[in-house]
Amino acid sequence: MRKVSLPDLPEVSRNIMTIALNWLGRTPLTRRRALWGLALVAPNVLGLLFFFGIPVLNAFITSFQEWNAIKPPVPIGFANFERLANDSAFWQALTNTLKLLIFAVPVGVASALFVALLLNQQLRGRGIFRTIYFLPVVTSTVAAAMVWTWIFQPRYGLAGNLLSPLGLRDLNWLTRPDLVLIPIGIVMVWQRIGFDMVLFLAGLQNIPRQLYEAAIIDGANRWQRFRFVTLPMLSPTTFFIVLLSVINAFQVFDQVYVMTARTTRGGVGGSAVTLTYFMYDRGFLKSEFGYASAIAMVLFLIILGMTILQLRLQRRWVYYESEGGV
Amino acid sequence: MKAQQLAQPSGYADLSRPLKLLTYAMLLVGAFSMALPFVWMVSTACKPPAELNTFPIQWFPQQPMCMENLTELYDQSPNFNRYLLNSAIMTLGRTVGQFITCSLAAYGFARFRFPGRGVLFALCLGLLMVPFQAILIPEYMLLNRLGWLNTLTALIVPGSFSAFALFLLRQAFLQIPIEFEESAELEGANPLQVLWYVTLPLSVPALAAFAVITIQAAWNDFLFPLVAANTPETRVATIGISLLQGERNTPWNILMMGSFLATLPMLLMFVVLQRYFIEGVSLSGLRTMR
Repeated sequence: MRKVSLPDLPEVSRNIMTIALNWLGRTPLTRRRALWGLALVAPNVLGLLFFFGIPVLNAFITSFQEWNAIKPPVPIGFANFERLANDSAFWQALTNTLKLLIFAVPVGVASALFVALLLNQQLRGRGIFRTIYFLPVVTSTVAAAMVWTWIFQPRYGLAGNLLSPLGLRDLNWLTRPDLVLIPIGIVMVWQRIGFDMVLFLAGLQNIPRQLYEAAIIDGANRWQRFRFVTLPMLSPTTFFIVLLSVINAFQVFDQVYVMTARTTRGGVGGSAVTLTYFMYDRGFLKSEFGYASAIAMVLFLIILGMTILQLRLQRRWVYYESEGGV
Repeated sequence: MKAQQLAQPSGYADLSRPLKLLTYAMLLVGAFSMALPFVWMVSTACKPPAELNTFPIQWFPQQPMCMENLTELYDQSPNFNRYLLNSAIMTLGRTVGQFITCSLAAYGFARFRFPGRGVLFALCLGLLMVPFQAILIPEYMLLNRLGWLNTLTALIVPGSFSAFALFLLRQAFLQIPIEFEESAELEGANPLQVLWYVTLPLSVPALAAFAVITIQAAWNDFLFPLVAANTPETRVATIGISLLQGERNTPWNILMMGSFLATLPMLLMFVVLQRYFIEGVSLSGLRTMR
C-alpha cells in the first residue's frame, strides 16, 4: 500500500492530463487521429443536436405544458393528452389518416408491384416507361396537388368530363365530406407508385436466376413461378415498402392544404383533416403550442413504432440479399 | 451498382408474342395515366380563358397563348421570380451545407477511431427516426428565439445538417479500399486533403445520388417554409403557387402556368440525371424522399 498523502497540485493536473490523453488514444498517433475524427464529425453532430435533438426534447416537454400566444408556458401534466382523447376533432383526424392509409397503401403497393413485374421483362423501351412512372415522384406535392385540384373541379374538370357518361360530371369531389379523401388518396398513390416501383425492381433483380431455372426444369408455369418463387423471395422487400408507405401516409399535409384551399381548408367539417394538418392547425393557426405538441407526440410515437418495426425487418431484408446489399 | 443491374432485365423467360403485346398495352395504359396530369397541366397553362370551361373538354388549346398567360402570372404575382430565386437559394444553400457537414462527418465516422464514436453515430441514426413534422413547433420556437423567422437563414441553416446524408455518404466511403487513402497519407497529406483529393473523387456516384435527392427534397419543401419564412421577400415557389389559389380565385390557366414553372427545374434535372435518382432510391431506401 502506498502512503496516503495529499498530492501536490501539478501531480493532480498531470494525472488528469494522462487520463484525458489515454481516453483519446494510447499513442501520439492514435491521439492525433482521434482529435481529427472528433473535429470532422463535430459540425454535423452539433448542428443535428442543436436543430433536431434539442427540439425533440422540447417537443416532449411542451406536450406537458399549456402554452398559447398570450400566456407563458405552464406545466399541466397529462391534461393535453386527456383533452386529446376526448377531442372528436382528433379522432376525426386520426380516422381520416387511417382511411387514406387503407386506400393509398394497398393500391399504391399493388400497382407498383404490378408495374415492376411488367418492367422486369425483356422489353424495348423499359427505360422510357420507368422514366414516365417515376416523374410524379420528383414533382413537388404542392404543384401535383394543384393539378389534381383542377382535374377534380366539378362540371369542367377533367375527371368530371371523363366520368360524364356515368352521370358523374357534376360531382363535387373536393367539397363533399364523403368524397374528399378520394382525390387526396389518388394524389398520394400517383406520387408513390414510381418510388415503390424502383424498390421493387431492385428487389426483383436480387432474386437469383437459378431459382427460376430450377422451377422451369420442375415444370412450373408462369403463375407458379410467380406464386412460389417471386412472391416469397420478394416478401422482405414488400414488407419494407409497405412500412415506408404507411409512414409516408401518416405525414400527409401538402395535399390537404392545397386541395381544400378553395373552400374550407381541411375540408368541409374537417372531412379532410389529417393528423399532421390537425397539428399544424392547432399549433400555427390557433397558437395552442402545448396542445399541438401533444398531437406531435402521438404522431411521433406512431411513426417511431413503424420505424422500429421497419428497421427490424430491414435487418432481415439486408440479410436476404447479403451478397451485395447495402 | 444496382442501377447498372437495373439496366439489364432479368425476366424469367422470353415472353410469347401475345403476352408481350398485352404487357406493352398495360404499360402504355399505365404510363398514359401517370403522364396525363402533366399533359393537362401544360395544355391548361397555354389555354385562353374562354377554353377553360368547355364541354366536352378541349385536350389542346385551339388558340395557344402561353406567353400571355406567363405575363398574366407575373401580373397576379409580381414576386413570383423572387419566389423561384428563394427556392433556388434554399436548395443550393442546403445542398452545399449538407455536402460540407455530412462529407466531413461521414469521413470522420468511417475512417477515424475516437472516444464516443459509437454513441454519437447511434445518436445521429436515432434522429433518422424522428419525423420532421413532430418537431415543427419547437423548431419554430428555436428560430423565433434566434431571431431567424422570416429570413433565408432559417430556410438554409437547419437544413444544412442531415443524418440521412451522413448515413448515405458513410456507407459510400466505407466501400472505398482504404489503401488509396493510406498511400496518400504516407505522402504527407492531411485528412482534409485525403478527403478532398482521394475519397470524394472516388465517391462521385454516391455524391450525385445524395445531391439529386437533397436538391429534390429542398426544392419541393413546403410545410417548413410555410411556418418559418412566409413573407413576400422570403417565400419559396411552392408557397407562391399555393398563395395564388388561396387568396384570390386565380383562373386555372394561370395556376397551371405557375405550377409548371415550379415543377420544370426538377423535371429537367430528373430527365438528365435519372440514373442517380434511381440509384439514390434503391441505395438508400431507408427513408422516404420527402
